[in-house]
Amino acid sequence: MTILEIKNFGKAFTIHHLDKTLPAVNNIHFSIDAGEFIGIIGKSGSGKSTILKSIYRTYLPHTGEILYNSDRFGQIDLAKATERQVISLRKYEIGYVSQFLNVMPRTTCRQLVQNALLEMGEPGETAMIEAEKALTHFEMDPKLWDSYPNTFSGGEKLRLNIAMATVKKPRLLLLDEPTASLDQQSKMKVREIIEKLKQQGTTLVGIFHDIEFMEGLCDKVYEMKTGQVISAREEVAYES
Amino acid sequence: MHETPILRVRNLEKQFGQGCPDCKDKESRSLEKNYCSACGTVYAVRDVSFDLFPGEVLGIVGESGSGKSTMLQGLYFDAEITGGEVYIDHPAVLDKNVLELSSQQKRYIRNYLYGMVYQNPVHGLKMKFSSVGNIAEKMIAAGGRNVSSIEARSKTLLEKVHIPLRRMKEEPRNFSGGMQQRVQIAKALSNNPPILFLDEVTTGLDLSVQASVLDLIKQIQRDLHISMIVVSHDLAVIRMLADRSIVMLNGTIIEKGLTDQILEDPQHEYTQQLVYSLL
Repeated sequence: MTILEIKNFGKAFTIHHLDKTLPAVNNIHFSIDAGEFIGIIGKSGSGKSTILKSIYRTYLPHTGEILYNSDRFGQIDLAKATERQVISLRKYEIGYVSQFLNVMPRTTCRQLVQNALLEMGEPGETAMIEAEKALTHFEMDPKLWDSYPNTFSGGEKLRLNIAMATVKKPRLLLLDEPTASLDQQSKMKVREIIEKLKQQGTTLVGIFHDIEFMEGLCDKVYEMKTGQVISAREEVAYES
Repeated sequence: MHETPILRVRNLEKQFGQGCPDCKDKESRSLEKNYCSACGTVYAVRDVSFDLFPGEVLGIVGESGSGKSTMLQGLYFDAEITGGEVYIDHPAVLDKNVLELSSQQKRYIRNYLYGMVYQNPVHGLKMKFSSVGNIAEKMIAAGGRNVSSIEARSKTLLEKVHIPLRRMKEEPRNFSGGMQQRVQIAKALSNNPPILFLDEVTTGLDLSVQASVLDLIKQIQRDLHISMIVVSHDLAVIRMLADRSIVMLNGTIIEKGLTDQILEDPQHEYTQQLVYSLL
């Protein structure tokens, strides 16, 4: 089943003080089946993030369609969905993880994961149990559960980010250069995490700038150059 | 997905001054920002329309003088509105433009359906009443007559906003700014209003108190599913609290959207300047 289909998508940024419109990507087509892991690679500025942020609607798409097969709404064009529809999809179906953590101040790591569930309307007890499960699953040191994440290392912040996104069991998870600032060992951890998510059947779209990391992990890899997909290659499905 | 907004605001207008032939016609007038240079009339809120949905926090950002607070005061009936319509999805006032109701009915709405937290606690609290008395006042206005249940509810609320109960009989003027703000929030929540207005509630508070007030607001939204309009000039506060936001300039709405979209992909020239100015 196709879960996401991007057709003729394009995005440009109008910068008023320069009186210019800068094209970021255009004429993008691809589709993703349920349970697949799509990797997008390319240099900085090639438009990888623009695609991901447009799917999540942090960017307003300009042209084309982003057709998402939703549980709640059936097929919906994310480029034209109402703000309330997007908020609902973000709450229940589509997750987004980046290397940056942007959360309520003075809220503990454990509470942040719990809140993600409470906001979905889960009862307090379930939220508590599921939050602890998620933190254990992603190997967050229990000593850190009740501390505030401002002082966490890059790897710890990322794991918290992933825990907050995946505890909601999204159907589609967007990974925005999650490994960008991590050392080799932490990268391997992230790789394991992605493998776990794949096993759970989560559909993933990830952007990365190191090709080695993607090796053997993605079902399909798209390479981007100056705002266009220049090559697509099928990867052999990874077998652990 | 069909959702009924709890609050519908349509074409809200507020002007200070009579207006003159130069500025009376909306289409042809030329204003200096929101000011008519011929007669001195200020058009503080111009053609503002939006919906507030159940359980959501709607952010309103804009510079000083953009009309955010004036609009909020108009919605809360603190100031008379020049024109427009406001509808609340509540059986008592269904399909009625609440701006046209009698002052008695407006009082009912203020007492039962609305809560307000002002930037300056002096406007929201009686500084010479005890803290518990301040909360009781709002509950009595809403028809509460049972002293013990009023006291019990006040205590619960003060605990919720982290005011030590041993200080509940104290007057808020003895309290720090952050504590006064929290007593104000407790008072605004006392009658379980479905709609809460928050006007620059964290402005002037130090970072640590700001964090606890933000956390409190988020907790109230999660636990009580109250719909809130949060007015702030601080984009960081809006980013933490609101899923959707509105940007105002010179009395009009220039942009609305998902809060992260407004911050990362602002469309309007002014919003772009605002975002470029972020620390």
